[in-house]
Formats: sequence, structure tokens, C-alpha cells
Amino acid sequence: MSGPVIALEGVRFAYGATPVLEDVSLAVPDGEFLGIVGPNAGGKSTLLKLILGLLTPDRGRVRVLGRPPVEARHEIGYLPQYPAFARDFPVTVGQVVLMGRIRRGRLLGGYGAQDRELARWAMTQTEVADLAARRIGTLSGGQLQRVLLARALACEPKVLILDEPTSNIDQRVESDIFDLLRALNRRITILVVSHDIAFISAYVHRVACLNRTLICHPTEAIDGGVIHDLYGGDVRRVAHSHGPAH
Amino acid sequence: MTGFLDALASHGFLQSALVAGLLASIGCGVMGTYVVVKRIGFLAGGIAHTVLGGMGAAFYFGHDPMRGALLAAVASALVIGWITLRFREHEDTLISALWAVGMAVGVLFLARTPGYGIDLMSTLFGNILLVPREDLWLMAALDAVLVGTVLALYRPLLAVAFDEEFARLRGLPVTFLYLLLLCLVALTVVLLIRVVGLILVIALLTLPAAIATQYAATLGRMMILAVAIGAALTASGLALSYAPDLPAGPTIIVLAGAVYLVSTLVRHGLRRPSAQRGG
Repeated sequence: MSGPVIALEGVRFAYGATPVLEDVSLAVPDGEFLGIVGPNAGGKSTLLKLILGLLTPDRGRVRVLGRPPVEARHEIGYLPQYPAFARDFPVTVGQVVLMGRIRRGRLLGGYGAQDRELARWAMTQTEVADLAARRIGTLSGGQLQRVLLARALACEPKVLILDEPTSNIDQRVESDIFDLLRALNRRITILVVSHDIAFISAYVHRVACLNRTLICHPTEAIDGGVIHDLYGGDVRRVAHSHGPAH
Repeated sequence: MTGFLDALASHGFLQSALVAGLLASIGCGVMGTYVVVKRIGFLAGGIAHTVLGGMGAAFYFGHDPMRGALLAAVASALVIGWITLRFREHEDTLISALWAVGMAVGVLFLARTPGYGIDLMSTLFGNILLVPREDLWLMAALDAVLVGTVLALYRPLLAVAFDEEFARLRGLPVTFLYLLLLCLVALTVVLLIRVVGLILVIALLTLPAAIATQYAATLGRMMILAVAIGAALTASGLALSYAPDLPAGPTIIVLAGAVYLVSTLVRHGLRRPSAQRGG
């Protein structure tokens, strides 16, 4: 894979008359660990949904592994911010992680030995193997997050996309998860959305600041000024001062 | 109770009734499980009530009413599925409208059907004691279709019921599977019409599964448990109704409601005080 793993060119998206993203361009090279930060309603989750092909841009183009998102999204492991399922659903941890092994064109029949092995490997990676028989409703927030990360890893993804993976869990678990992501990043390109720019700066290669428009900063350029500008000031001014640097 | 067992041994119609109840339990346990976990009880209710339109039309044109019910059930499942996929904001209003209009059309057809009066009450509330033999075969065939489909598609259906978004990202044909699920629910409605009737269908479709979900950790175990609970409820409801000559369908439903209430109180009533202390 020589081109970027994820490429957005001049993407615009609006919910009705409200523009959420304007002229967003982004190229994520193979092997990058990219952090995406920005205020609430800045368009972070929308950006991810465009990459996943769950939304289509009003203008511009999105490519994943050189293909339209819908054709390539099975190569993406995705961890949503708010799980779309009911916590009291009668399903075990092991069954949830195995769902990562579902593939297109394999409607009938069960999981094979290799699927089970990969699911077990994924659960071991995120340290939830001993929870395999537990019903998901009995898990703590941190445990559930690790299970969903295992489900994403069971997809054998080329890209891992995580939306606020640590928003509901305590700081020690947060560091554990990011240490794991750093290890996984040796093989997998990772995009992580976070509200905690200071924390993720220790892990990611580059930070994309998103507030309707998107500006990228190398991690070393992150300082108080950038943070202030992103959350408290005019984002366009950041573009002005940092834009030509890279 | 011995009176019921003696009668069961000597009366063919009671044996048929018991077999009908057990066959209905299979479908309602398996599909009721999806209805409960996917929270589509209202959609299932809409499908059930719209069926009267099809049955009325079948009576009017002199066809087999069960065939009319089958066609109407599948048609309304597809229409309701389309509504929920395309007009989610108005889903509530549209399904309510379909629900009432379907019933009204059925009543109009029945009112215009020549010949001796059709027993509207048994269509609406079921009459398990009058299930014809050939309908038992139809019920068995419907069970075979339901169980066969669920066995073949257990994993994709589980994935869609659990997390539609993730299932879509994994490349599953989510819309197809969702509509298929609604069609299977429609077949279950038809399966239950003879036993408890159109109006009470929704209770037998949800209550055994709702009881089962309080005890089962997986969808598969929930289905098996719901089938067993449904079988126990229909058999004992039938037995309870026999001596005092009560209508069997409503007796089964009242019994199911009572068991659900007791089960919920036992499961949650015992847990709540400790949960409050913990919080």
C-alpha cells in the first residue's frame, strides 16, 4: 500500500442546513497514529462516519485503502463512542468478540476454528479472555470498552478507528488502553478521537484539530496556544500560524 | 385437573387443542425472543392487527382465511419494515394508522360477506378448541420454516439484532435480514391466530420471551427457555379453562401475564434493595 490509507479531499457535510464539515482534507499514511481533537459538535464523529461510509459527503471525496468507504470498510476495526446496542441484551463477551469475524458473503454457517482462535487472541490482547462467558450487561464500563476493542481487533483490521475510547473509564485504564494501542500501531494504522489533547499527545504522531474545518499539527507543535485557539478562539487563526509549517 | 386429563384422553378436539398450543409455543418462543430483544413489540402488534384485513378479504372472496392471513401478514411486515427504514420520524403514526385501517378493512369485508355470520370473536380472540386438523399441519409447517431459517441464519440474525451498525460495517445485508426478521414475525402471528386470536397474539409473542430473558444469558438459551415457558403456559391455561368452561385464549394470556409479573417481582424485587444501598 503506497498511497494514503485514508484520504479525504475537500469534504463538505451538512445535517440539513447546518454545515458540520467544510472543505476538510486529510491524508493518513500507512502506520500513522493520528489523534483527532476538537470541541463538542466540532464534527469528529461525523468525520468518522464519513470514513466508515455510514454517511456520504455533500461535496468532496473519501477513500479508504484507495477504494470507496463502503467497499473497504470491512478492513476497518471500529470502536464507537456510544455502543448502539442495549446493555441487557442476552449475549456473552465471547459471542460479541466473535462478531468481529463476520464477513461479507458469509451468511450461512458458523465460525471456524481459525475464527475462534483469532477471537481468543483479540481477547487476550485486551485482557478480557477470562470474561468470555460473562453476559455483557454484567461488565463495568472499562471492561466493556476492552471487549469492544477486542471485537474491533478480531476483524483483523488494517485501520483501527476509535471514537473517545476512554471517555467513561478511569485514568489508569486509559493509560493501559493507550499503551496497548501504541503496541498495536506497529502493525495497524490508528485514528483516535479524543477530547483530551494533552493526554493523547504523548501517544500520537500527529493531531488533527477539527472544528468544522480541519488543521493538522505534528505532536511537537502542540502547545497552550494551539489548545486555546482550538477550544476558545478562532480556528482559522491556527491555520494561519501553523498551516505552512508542513 | 384430573377431569381435564380424563377429558384429554377421550376427546380428540382437546388433543388437537393441546397440539396446537404446543406448536404455537415453538414459534412464539423463537420469534418472541427477537421481538423482545429488538424491542419491536409495537411493530409486531401492527402486523397482527393488519392481518384482519387479509382474513376479511379471504372470507369475502371465498378463499381459505388462513391463506389470506398469511399473505396479509407478510405484506404488512414488508410495509411496516419499509416505514421504519424510510420514515423513522413518523414510524409511530404510520404504524398506528396501518394497525387501525387494517382492522377496519377486515371488519368491512366481514360485514359484506354473504352467508351465515363469520365468527369475528374467534378470529380476534382465538378458539383453540376449534382448530381444524389441517391447520395443525399448517402450523407445523410454519414452525419448520421458522426454526429452519433461524438455525441457518442464527449468527447474522444475532449480529443484526444486537448491533445493526456493526453488522452493516462487517458487510452483512442488514436491510434484508431486518425485513426477513419481520416476515418471520408475520408467520408467527399467523401461527398464533387460531390459539389466541389477532388481538392477543402480541401477549404470547412477548411474555414467554420476556420471562426467559430474566434467566437466560444467551439468545439461543432464551429461545429454548421461552419455548418451554410458552408450552407450559398454553397447556396449563388450557387445563385451567376447561372445568369452569372459560375461553382458553384469554385464560392463557392472563396466566402468562401473572407469571411474568411474579417472575419480575422475584428477579427485581429481591435485587433492588441491595442496588440502592450500593448506589
